[in-house]
Amino acid sequence: MRILFVVVALLLQVPFAVQAEVHERILGNGLKVIVKEDHRAPVLVQQIWYRAGSMDELTGTTGVAHVLEHMMFKGTKEVPVGQFSKRIAAAGGRENAFTSYDYTAYFQQLHKSRLPLAMQLESDRMHNLLLTDKEFQKEIKVVMEERRWRTDDEPRSLMFEKLMAATFQEHPYQHPVIGWMNDLQNMSAADARAWYRTWYAPNNATLVIAGDVKAEEVFALAQKYYGAIPAGKLPQRKAVGESDQLGIKRITVKAPAELPYLIMAWHAPTLRDAEKDWKPYALEVLAGVLDGNSSARLNKALVREQQVAMDVGTGYDSVARGPGLFVLEATPREGKTVADVELALREQLALLVRDGVSAEELQRVKAQVMAGEVYKLDSVFYQAMQIGQMESVGLSHKDIPLMLQKLQAVTAQQVQEVAREIFNDDRLTVATLDPQPLSDKPKRAHTGAAHAH
Amino acid sequence: MLTRILFAGFLSCASAAFATPQIQHWEAPSGARVYFVENHDLPMLDVAVDFAAGSGFDVAGKVGVASLTYGMLDLGAQGLSEDDIARKLADVGAQLSGQFDSDRAGLRLRTLSNAAERDAALDILARCLQQPLFPEPVLAREKARLIASLKEAETQPESIAGKAFGRAVFGAHPYGWYTEVADVEKVQRAELEAFYRAHYGAKQAVVALMGDVSRAQAEAIAQRLTVNLPAGGADARIAPVMIRIQPSEQRIAHPASQSHILLGTPGIARNDEDYFPLYVGNYILGGGGFVSRLMEEVREKRGMAYSVYSYFMPMQQPGAFQIGLQTKKEQADESLRLVRQTLRTFVDKGVTEKELRAAKQNIIGSFPLRIDSNKKILDYLSVIGFYELPLTYLDDFTVRVKKVTTKQVRDAFKRRIDPDALATVIVGAPEVEKANQ
Repeated sequence: MRILFVVVALLLQVPFAVQAEVHERILGNGLKVIVKEDHRAPVLVQQIWYRAGSMDELTGTTGVAHVLEHMMFKGTKEVPVGQFSKRIAAAGGRENAFTSYDYTAYFQQLHKSRLPLAMQLESDRMHNLLLTDKEFQKEIKVVMEERRWRTDDEPRSLMFEKLMAATFQEHPYQHPVIGWMNDLQNMSAADARAWYRTWYAPNNATLVIAGDVKAEEVFALAQKYYGAIPAGKLPQRKAVGESDQLGIKRITVKAPAELPYLIMAWHAPTLRDAEKDWKPYALEVLAGVLDGNSSARLNKALVREQQVAMDVGTGYDSVARGPGLFVLEATPREGKTVADVELALREQLALLVRDGVSAEELQRVKAQVMAGEVYKLDSVFYQAMQIGQMESVGLSHKDIPLMLQKLQAVTAQQVQEVAREIFNDDRLTVATLDPQPLSDKPKRAHTGAAHAH
Repeated sequence: MLTRILFAGFLSCASAAFATPQIQHWEAPSGARVYFVENHDLPMLDVAVDFAAGSGFDVAGKVGVASLTYGMLDLGAQGLSEDDIARKLADVGAQLSGQFDSDRAGLRLRTLSNAAERDAALDILARCLQQPLFPEPVLAREKARLIASLKEAETQPESIAGKAFGRAVFGAHPYGWYTEVADVEKVQRAELEAFYRAHYGAKQAVVALMGDVSRAQAEAIAQRLTVNLPAGGADARIAPVMIRIQPSEQRIAHPASQSHILLGTPGIARNDEDYFPLYVGNYILGGGGFVSRLMEEVREKRGMAYSVYSYFMPMQQPGAFQIGLQTKKEQADESLRLVRQTLRTFVDKGVTEKELRAAKQNIIGSFPLRIDSNKKILDYLSVIGFYELPLTYLDDFTVRVKKVTTKQVRDAFKRRIDPDALATVIVGAPEVEKANQ
């Protein structure tokens, strides 16, 4: 887990050619179109972001946002099942999609001449999806296989899922994006259709085009392909929250593994007002101080010096629709326990809260942020991704340069202050992986060993 | 019909408008081979320095030495502790990473091209490459970490399958070796030093540079990074792989809900004449994402797996041809039959003209996406340099793909892949069918 700094090159002496402007237009039906020109290579990416993620799901149908994402490849009247992928492939394109707690997004990467095709296909499935029972019955099985592969048989993913369910008791972040297996087993095509009708509308989407394009041409094409899709009547979104935790929570997850594993997660704020907020920026810097390089505090103390852990990591993301978490994770070294590791982590946090961070550490994190801004320009896809993410969580792509300035302005005192506030047991959930031997299973499940050939 | 017409137009227009990066190549005074693309669009520089020092160069009884040597390069160098290295790189916003596989071992550096930052970062890289110290206490710690991760891997179905598959496909060849806990335990610091001196010589070094420096600067950098490398002199060739294997099937119990299935055989080397027919053919079989035959049969038609794929891993010697999927235990045998049938039909009957056309459309049409960033171009420079591919490799690529015929695909697969002589590994194997066998 690395800190994901969400910022853009502005304070940097980046040549003008690449520091292209971001252009924005809103179509009559409410679709926001954002164009980032980047002429380094004759390629482009189209991404469409729907503000509908797993956090918008209701009890009993968890996972439906992601199931619908799969179904979006299953055909319209004009573009029958399988044809979307075939036509993009034939145009020399790559395509896929992803679903998160906060949003669902679809993308195609193509030669710059193929934007009309990408727009034709993407706009078609925005409002013409067929969603047949037959295709649903097959695809729901694929999603269940995906769940087994990603979560059920992956001890650390399983543990993270249980951690989220324990940490959030009110907020829908308690539910996994892929959905609970029970809900997948009971899901019907009707659930997917209802989801599609509710959320898939131009006024609930952001279209991001980045690459070797001209903004005005993109806007004209967007108008042509997306402009006629009627706006939808979006339901009123309920404000969801999470009331204060009243004490530390601890959970244990048993799964087949060799090494134990520890996650500590504290409730933490995310960015709501890019101008006025300061804590999320301080938390990003804090994550960098703890884990921004392999000689940063945690790795140096726990892995290199005390040798109590095999590895250690930090996670915090300030950009989200919902509440945030500041996460530490570590694997105990052989002969050490999760309790030993937890103690060692707590010692480091106590030191930081007591003594603060040095000017050097602060400067180092900021240098990495600034360099990261330049490196980011090497990926058109990532630049588009950042724009889409910002727009989808209720911020604006226009906040991106501001966020960079704010990060640069974080003081040592702010880091210390936010650490003091966040690292409080009343905000904390601790999850422990209790590794189980492979043989310790119901008899039927492992009798195969004797027959192996 | 319409698609075909549009496509033809697109291709000619693309090839007219699109130039591949111009690769400059020379030998540094140190003897290192240098590959450079000058590009000033972004104020940054990417550098890669590779050696024929991958795990394929381990020797029996000393497995794991190559990987630990590589892993220790940035954990202590002349005048620099491991913390100095990490801190000083972070101070200038540089990113140090690496590349390690059966053939290659090397370091990658990404830095701002501003003189101060660039020089500071290159100084660290130069010392890691040329004056690594392999400090004893750090080695002891890294061995312990590696041992723990190996023990962890022993419990995870994907790793168990990979290990069994490597053994079944490569037998006693180093491509199939897997580092065991006992191997790591006995590794000595002196062995790392010896391996380093033998395999990290300048004459075997390949330096790739991509980005915002001039030719003169690139020359100086390449020399600076290699001038003090050890004598080297180890054989850069890896022993031949036995191409024909006996069919085998291993069913390994595991409590996971899915079976992890791998099938395969030794495939092809980098310089193989059949490379392009097999590459294009494999796109149709299982390399082409959602439009491949395996995907169509296993996932799209039947919903039996989330991921199913096939690939060739071209190495100095023939690397693996592998098909893989994960599916719930109860249907593992059915899926396996389906995959085998799909492969058999593919090898027997070959591909249709329509399939070949679609494959070419995608591979040729998506070529610009392969070289649309500094990072991707750097990776190509490294591969071209390391495997001594022609400097025109990128220009030739689409031409060679275009020339592939259905007959070539069928011939190549028939000669290379025998569906009756595959290694099969099933981890988390189902119980039911076993009782009938």
